[in-house]
Amino acid sequence: MGVDVVGLTAWQCRELLSSGQVSAQELTRAYLDRIAAVDGDVKSYLLVDEKGAMAAAAAVDAKPISQRKPWEGVPIGLKDIFAVKGMETTCGSKILKGYIPPYDATIIAKLRDAGLIFLGKLNMDEFAMGSSTENSAFETTRNPWDLDRVPGGSSGGSAACVAASEAPWTLGTDTGGSIRQPASLCGVVGLKPTYGAVSRYGLVAFASSLDQIGPLTRDTRDAAALLDIVAGKDPLDSTSLGLTEPAGTPSRSALEGLRFGVIKEFIGDAIEPGVKEVFDSAVDAISALGAVCEEVSLPGVVRGLAAYYIIAPSEASANLARFDGVRYGHRTAHAEDLYEMYTRTRSEGFGTEVKRRIMIGTYALSAGYYDAYYAQAQRTRTLIINDFARAFEDFDYLISPTSPTVAFKIGERVADPLAMYLSDLCTIPVNLAALPGISIPAGFSAGMPVGLQLIGPHFSEKGLLDASHALEQHLQVPTVPLMKGGER
Amino acid sequence: MISRREVEHVARLARLHFDEEELARLQPELEQIIGYVEQLSELDLSGLETTSHAVAIKNALRPDEPWTGLTHEEAMANGPAVERGSFVVPRIG
Repeated sequence: MGVDVVGLTAWQCRELLSSGQVSAQELTRAYLDRIAAVDGDVKSYLLVDEKGAMAAAAAVDAKPISQRKPWEGVPIGLKDIFAVKGMETTCGSKILKGYIPPYDATIIAKLRDAGLIFLGKLNMDEFAMGSSTENSAFETTRNPWDLDRVPGGSSGGSAACVAASEAPWTLGTDTGGSIRQPASLCGVVGLKPTYGAVSRYGLVAFASSLDQIGPLTRDTRDAAALLDIVAGKDPLDSTSLGLTEPAGTPSRSALEGLRFGVIKEFIGDAIEPGVKEVFDSAVDAISALGAVCEEVSLPGVVRGLAAYYIIAPSEASANLARFDGVRYGHRTAHAEDLYEMYTRTRSEGFGTEVKRRIMIGTYALSAGYYDAYYAQAQRTRTLIINDFARAFEDFDYLISPTSPTVAFKIGERVADPLAMYLSDLCTIPVNLAALPGISIPAGFSAGMPVGLQLIGPHFSEKGLLDASHALEQHLQVPTVPLMKGGER
Repeated sequence: MISRREVEHVARLARLHFDEEELARLQPELEQIIGYVEQLSELDLSGLETTSHAVAIKNALRPDEPWTGLTHEEAMANGPAVERGSFVVPRIG
């Protein structure tokens, strides 16, 4: 008998497996069937590894249940930015088409060790640069709540995949909001951990002082579990620190004794009215659960977007210098000399937005401009870090809308890069300050999901997830979209 | 603000080539984005250090012990042009 995977959490998958109600092969097959049924519309996957997934599931089934690890046999989808040994990894770019990593990223090794089943690789904005997944070189992912709208980005495939029940949970990356913003737009949970909580070894680098890996899930308990699986200090990533305590299983039901600060700068005119309405009701819910909610001003955060669009492209211009057609990826067919080979390879291989950011970053770092742009941006970053530190003297957590708007129409912002960048207004400062941030579903505006962002001090993931769980239980926001005119 | 010549210069530094049509589009886009980030120059940030690490991080040292890495073949397997165990590139300039 087939299992209905629509709306299943990873915890429910685990219970179905450990009680023997479902075999790992039945569960994996059910997800593959679900992908076959809906991914033609959603287009969240770039690659489905049916053979590998079924073989891994068969290996799980060959073991007695009592000898399995807790999450063994639970399927997962992966943003196409992680190196998975033997599985094509493109980062959404033509320049990496056909690249087969010879090694596993650290998080992939951890997932393998935990016994998770890899369903495949998920679509993303090229090199994680974008807020709509329209910058993928391969396909445009659609929002399961309305197929004419974007899923957000850059982890749009990861968010849409969970919303459409094409995997119980997925991993993404967040440099300026790339987990939280798509989670918000697709009505799922997305957590960006503290910088350093999760090893980036084997992650294709975008902006190394900001990139962080995190879970996209249907609820906060799954987010906590997946975080605990992948977090940890790693000798292969010298910036990794691990968590100070595991997130565990969130069970908090009240918020008494906690103080929440509403970031004043993120509830103004930039927030569309429907989003503001949902946000206000979330604030009421936090108060109803016994916490204190007060406005707090962080004047520096309004400069976050400007600082980010110097810092991130600068780092990207250096990180992406490695794509030169020598060791892996695309190489141009004709070149007289090395300079021409580099230039043609990169011009053919990179898409418009990636080139645009390489240009901004190269300009900002070039002779004569370094101090005016890069150094000034890094001073602004210090200003923002100080603002947050001051706010956390008075408050346990800070809140804001995750995204100023609900999911926009496909094509709507493609012609206006700055309008697209504004999607990440409320999420970017969190990366600049290296803080953990989570987006949880808070309600709907005109039928589209609206996310609430909660921000905590460094390494406060456990408390942040506990508080988010209490709110999630109180709000009871539906997370399963109706697809294909009424069908689930 | 950003001249056409500057755009072409930066493109050379970044090892990118843009045709006429792309340049015509790119120049105003870069002007718009750089114009936006220029708001930072209005801020008085004197007395603030530039951020080097946003999280307090100590020296990350590990024991210097050899371990098994990739084989030569594995490391070369994705090379677009490989001959006798080496990456092959066109002549330099």
